[in-house]
Amino acid sequence: MRWSSTRSSARALGIIIASGILFAFAAFLVLAAAPQKHLSVYSTAANYSLPIVQRQGRDYVGLLELLEPLGSVSAKFDSRRWRLHYNNILGEFTVGESRVRIQGREADLSAKFFFENDRGLVPIDSLSSLLPRILGGPVTLHVESDRLLIGSVGTHFTAAIAPEDSSRLVFHFTAPVNPSVSTEHGKLHMTFSREPVLAPASPTLTFDSKTITQAKFSESNGAAEIDVTTNIPLMANFSPDGQTITLEPSKAQTAAASNTAPPAPPQKLLAPSPAPPGAVPSARRYFAVVDASHGGSDSGETLSPSLAEKDVTLALARRLRQELENRGIPTLILRDSDANLSLDDRAFAANNARAAVYVAIHAASSGHGVRLYTALLPYADEEDDGPFRSWSTAQQSSLGASQAVLASVAAELKKQQVAVRGLTAPLRPLNNVAMAAFAVEVAPPGLDLSQLASPDYQQLTMSAVANGIADVRAQLGMAP
Amino acid sequence: MIPRHLYIGISVLLAAVLAMTIYALRMRGRAVATSVSPSDTRPVAPPAAGPTEQVTLFVAYDDIGMLQAHAARIPLPSVRQQRAEELLRSLLAIYLDKSSPHPLPPGSDVRGVYLVDPGLAVIDMNAAFADGHRSGILSEELTVASLIQTLSTNIPGIAKVKILVEGKERQTLAGHVDLSGFFDAAGINQLAAQLQNSP
Ligand SMILES: [Zn+2]
Repeated sequence: MRWSSTRSSARALGIIIASGILFAFAAFLVLAAAPQKHLSVYSTAANYSLPIVQRQGRDYVGLLELLEPLGSVSAKFDSRRWRLHYNNILGEFTVGESRVRIQGREADLSAKFFFENDRGLVPIDSLSSLLPRILGGPVTLHVESDRLLIGSVGTHFTAAIAPEDSSRLVFHFTAPVNPSVSTEHGKLHMTFSREPVLAPASPTLTFDSKTITQAKFSESNGAAEIDVTTNIPLMANFSPDGQTITLEPSKAQTAAASNTAPPAPPQKLLAPSPAPPGAVPSARRYFAVVDASHGGSDSGETLSPSLAEKDVTLALARRLRQELENRGIPTLILRDSDANLSLDDRAFAANNARAAVYVAIHAASSGHGVRLYTALLPYADEEDDGPFRSWSTAQQSSLGASQAVLASVAAELKKQQVAVRGLTAPLRPLNNVAMAAFAVEVAPPGLDLSQLASPDYQQLTMSAVANGIADVRAQLGMAP
Repeated sequence: MIPRHLYIGISVLLAAVLAMTIYALRMRGRAVATSVSPSDTRPVAPPAAGPTEQVTLFVAYDDIGMLQAHAARIPLPSVRQQRAEELLRSLLAIYLDKSSPHPLPPGSDVRGVYLVDPGLAVIDMNAAFADGHRSGILSEELTVASLIQTLSTNIPGIAKVKILVEGKERQTLAGHVDLSGFFDAAGINQLAAQLQNSP
């Protein structure tokens, strides 16, 4: 009797201890890996996101960082005063005070201004009154969901059951979208973190269909989400222009009986399907996207006291565009000035261009010759259907094409007696680009670093890269 | 009656729970705070005394742009986490030496290695390591491949690796190599193989 009571109390204690450990471990993981909150900003110039910091229980954001992608901005700090110039507008902020002056006129923030680590921080809930004075136009702040729309941006959508087939739901958007799509039992979620998708007149849409009953719009944490309620597995099909998404019974459902059908994509995560190379040649304006890496406040490597990487990459990128266009390859250059451009912006612009090949240009002082890299993708957890998973591995399905272009470019460089090496690298935004993609890192031919700025060397290397791309254009879906 | 060994067990576990909570809160505090910590200029800790073990270090060589595997005998503690830290410190000692084949900034150190999740290793480096690191795709990936390959070769069971700097996530090491995601140990293993082939 006594023995058994000791055993049961020991077992109860065991359970308590085990749950204590589990709880502590879960708390540890949640707290240690708590994702930082972000403010998503949408404007005609760029879509980007900024980290939110908490001060005295309020959400704050760096004002200069917010304005930087929108125009020319500079700031100076001396003894508590922060003076910010945006185009011709002057804003004056004082540490610890909520009263500010914009072009000499007073305005009030909802809480006091902070200045930390060269960053002027303003409360987010003041942006809707502060920004119009600086930008001279309207902004819309969705304060609950940390989304900020500047000017008249906003993507609207309609959703309707297909007239000929009530098992299909068709969404039409007013601009191209590329949401991440995930499914769970009875639900399909589309998460839009890079597009300013706005709520329909009523957030819950109901449908007269046996299989798809409703779609619900919500927004939170810098993203919009559409949740579709269904009683069959659905897959999402994207139109080539990215403006129509059709949800239909997944192929696994309809082709279950056929054993000759190719394996259906996993239902857990049906990745957005950017137009495969060659599928929509008529819709394609640019075949190649050339990205001059770094720029603005990001100088890249200081190659020598007088030579910054960002200047060399710009010169190389312009040369490569010229060489590609000389070969009849329409090319978009992503940075054609000393501008700041985030890695997300670069990937977004490249994907939006729906080109066939993306080239990131870098320069380096170490080693010699040219190094070529394809993406080394980050760890992708099968269990993790997070909204950014398809974004961080968008390159996955194009890796074969990327390696083919790399091999072709390497062969052309060798023909020109340039030392060349092909590697993989954990390098953004390569992994976010949904087309053949590679990076070119140009090092000097020998020990003389100044050769990196030499027009002859730049011409030699970039014309070889252009030849390598031109050689595989047919494979990438362009008529030779 | 509850046996005495259970009391002891509970006390030890409660202490562990408390320590983990404090640690997690500190990590979180670091992620929220924006004040820059002064760079850590502590000298590299001397290896722990004890019996030596044979390990394989993957050492980067800038002159040839390659990784090379070196067998070494170093004293290693028996606790898995401390072994991981000592391994990386032995590697850093090579890079901080006068005749370094791949110089790292003075004062570079490992703040800690945490083997948290089954298969997840978190390497927390100090600010000196990242702030002064040479910029360039190859330079940065040699460092990352050297650290991760050395760790996953000598500590079995690591599938993914996260590199933090002063307990915080960082976008890139020095403008190129992405630190915002988790490294796939299998992918780094392939990269290490590429980097061991002469160009
Ligand atoms: Zn670079």
